[in-house]
Amino acid sequence: MSIEQQAKGGKQAEVRYLTPLDIETKQVKKYCRFKKNGIKYIDYKDADFLLYLVNEQGKILPRRLTGTSLKFQRKVAVAIKRARHLALMPYVGDMLK
Amino acid sequence: MNHYETVFILNPVLSDVQVKETVKKFEDYLVSKGAEMISKEDWGLKKMAYAIENKKSGFYHLFEYKVDGTAITPFELEFRRDDSIMRYLTVKLDKHAVAWAEKRRARNKTIKK
Repeated sequence: MSIEQQAKGGKQAEVRYLTPLDIETKQVKKYCRFKKNGIKYIDYKDADFLLYLVNEQGKILPRRLTGTSLKFQRKVAVAIKRARHLALMPYVGDMLK
Repeated sequence: MNHYETVFILNPVLSDVQVKETVKKFEDYLVSKGAEMISKEDWGLKKMAYAIENKKSGFYHLFEYKVDGTAITPFELEFRRDDSIMRYLTVKLDKHAVAWAEKRRARNKTIKK
């Protein structure tokens, strides 16, 4: 008996839920924040903006999580590496996010 | 004449006078190479994300200028010779970057007021 059937309160279900538990698995459409806001150049100098695109250990977030387009993901990678070179961002860090 | 932007970090041990001297030296070098200085920014003593030459902070300076392409390699050679410079990065600016730099400078000016 799959969860969905139980969720819908199928008659044979041993466990009946009073209110059908709705596991919403609707996927939120991802968008490229650079194309949407019309950002043309990703500046390697403002590190606090680049922190959004980096995970807790300071690694660059992959496109499937941030949803950025390929063209801007490359620019982001270059900008982050430059910021790391100039010690504006850590190579490996336990930043409190 | 391309647009370039150089950020370099000075050793924090230096006194203010030495910092000004070195910055002046590099600027004069650029001008002698026929560069047109667009903007100079001094971010002052900033804490670095990781230690360089086991120093935790450094004086950050930003130069934005237009110069002929051939002047860049000797300029960077100057950086390598000077041991008070801990790190430098020269970047060529394309048209989007130049537009962004102007916007950033305008925004900084409003903040400074």
